[in-house]
Amino acid sequence: MKKGVRKVTLLYSLLTIAVLVMAGIWANELFMKTEKETFLIGETTHGHHQIEMACATCHQSPFGGGDVLQDACVGCHAAELKAAHDSHPKSKFTDPRNADRLEQIDARYCVACHREHQPRITRDMGVTMATDYCVACHKDIAEDRPSHEGMAFDTCASAGCHNYHDNRALYEDFLLQHSNEPAISAQPIIAAMQAYVAEPAAVNAAPQPDYPVQTFKAAEAEKQWLHSAHATEDSNCSSCHGAGERFTEQPDALVCLDCHQAQAEGFLTGKHGMRLAVKRDAVESFPLNPSLKALQNPEVRLLTPMTPAQGRLPFKADVHDQSLTCNTCHGAHDYPLGASAAVEACMGCHDDRHTNEYKASPHYALLLREAAGELPAGSGVTCATCHMPKLESEQEPGEFHTQHNQNANLRPNEKMIRTVCLDCHGLQFALDALADPALIENNFQGRPSVSIDSIKMAIERVKE
Amino acid sequence: MKVTKLWGSLVLAGSVVLTAGCGGEEKAAGIDPKIMADSLFAVMASDRANYTKLIIKRLGAQGKFIKPDEHWEDLENGAPLPAQMFRFGAEAVAERTDAFTYSLQSLWPINKQNAPVTEAEKAGLQYIVDNPGKNYYGEEELGGVKYYTAVYPDVAVATPCVDCHNEHKDSPRTDFKIGDTMGGVVVRIPM
Repeated sequence: MKKGVRKVTLLYSLLTIAVLVMAGIWANELFMKTEKETFLIGETTHGHHQIEMACATCHQSPFGGGDVLQDACVGCHAAELKAAHDSHPKSKFTDPRNADRLEQIDARYCVACHREHQPRITRDMGVTMATDYCVACHKDIAEDRPSHEGMAFDTCASAGCHNYHDNRALYEDFLLQHSNEPAISAQPIIAAMQAYVAEPAAVNAAPQPDYPVQTFKAAEAEKQWLHSAHATEDSNCSSCHGAGERFTEQPDALVCLDCHQAQAEGFLTGKHGMRLAVKRDAVESFPLNPSLKALQNPEVRLLTPMTPAQGRLPFKADVHDQSLTCNTCHGAHDYPLGASAAVEACMGCHDDRHTNEYKASPHYALLLREAAGELPAGSGVTCATCHMPKLESEQEPGEFHTQHNQNANLRPNEKMIRTVCLDCHGLQFALDALADPALIENNFQGRPSVSIDSIKMAIERVKE
Repeated sequence: MKVTKLWGSLVLAGSVVLTAGCGGEEKAAGIDPKIMADSLFAVMASDRANYTKLIIKRLGAQGKFIKPDEHWEDLENGAPLPAQMFRFGAEAVAERTDAFTYSLQSLWPINKQNAPVTEAEKAGLQYIVDNPGKNYYGEEELGGVKYYTAVYPDVAVATPCVDCHNEHKDSPRTDFKIGDTMGGVVVRIPM
């Protein structure tokens, strides 16, 4: 009998020790480690996977529910939704008259349609809601729009006609306004690029470089610097490398944001730089503080820079472990701009068919002709023309800068219609081209093989 | 004697605490929802009329200074239409408080999402059309919450209102005149 009691006691003791050891291991991972893989309940979407280990970026409180998550979504995405003239803002659904609709889809919360950690049901743009979600509120649409009679309810947002959030290039009056445009305009020029290159560059006599160490490497860097727009007193060696006791041979990855705030903001909110924006206190990461200075301290940052190995797109094998910072595309001292940063830098890493077909595309042919002086500035189309377009500053009209968040102009791809496509193409052509996956894949070599009926339907409706 | 004094003090303190805790009869009664709804509507209607007359009609005539347009964001000098301005106000209020909500609706809406949905909205909008100059007051339960619902007539005060609705391709009614009840403002207060 006593032996039996001892055995049970021993068993319970071992179990208790095992539980305590497991709890210790998990607690160590939860509170001490940056990577918390054990607690990742499912793969995150393409938009968040780079920062999925910084759990507190979204889960800002361990006791938070829907509202805490909603605050996190809004913290990062509110500005872009506002810029997109969001067709379905939360404020449309808070009126009690929509109570019965909310029972079907609680559209006050982003997670109603964008549930994270659900890879099996996640579709394009991180949507996890069934494809016929429009029917919940618009099932009677054919009463007002007889042309919509018989259309399947999963085609509203999948056929190049409507988007849930961004319809700036798809609403009826816009379609009518652009209904008679040719496929290619008479003067195909990217207006923002033309304005950007027209900005007069400051011409100064090169100052004496103030780099304190004379080495072969420094001499090479000096040559490159002297031939760059950085060869000014305001951006001398010490501006990035520090002066006196603050001198460092390797400036921080984010040293550029001292002068290039707008570009840095885009970079840090896009897929290339978002990891660098996550602070150790991840709750404080987004929205980006207007003063980004704190991020220049590596001790403040939780994550290392993104590498292509961490991406989900096809990348070239030889760059898999290359850290992505400003200098990856722009270099350190020669910082190539123009076609080099806007084409070669992209093609140096990306290895998908769309990228690899670029140099066979009519867009690249235009770039070559522009470079040869056969066409005016703004005629060529680089990767960045569409994915990192030039934007006019809201604060300083007439000033242009490059949007460094490559996703801001991409998902859904109709986002680029107004900012880029319409500068050279008619709306019908742009709608058709962007709805043709094969044409996108071969980088627009040829004509669209699909035809979007939106403009035709809008015209017929006016005739009625 | 001391014990009596102690009990007396305790009873007095208890009364004070209870009175303070209850907040008194006057505070518990709160504001009459009808007065609250009427007051809110007075502010809304005044702002709406002023925006229409002092901004849109004065500065927007022939698009001289501003161009009032449904797609005002696409125009350099675009300005929201009065009905849009009203809706933006309702949305901004909804972001600040859930103590009340309001919306602009019509039996003949340009945007079908602004047609009456609940029974009180349907009854209210019909009532203000059938009884010019009168308001509708009722109660309803939505999503498990009881609401005091008031519907006020939205009358055409300026020619641009009438012209725009009569000429808009999505308008189900095209014979509006100045003075007509074109729709209604629905104010809802949770009870």
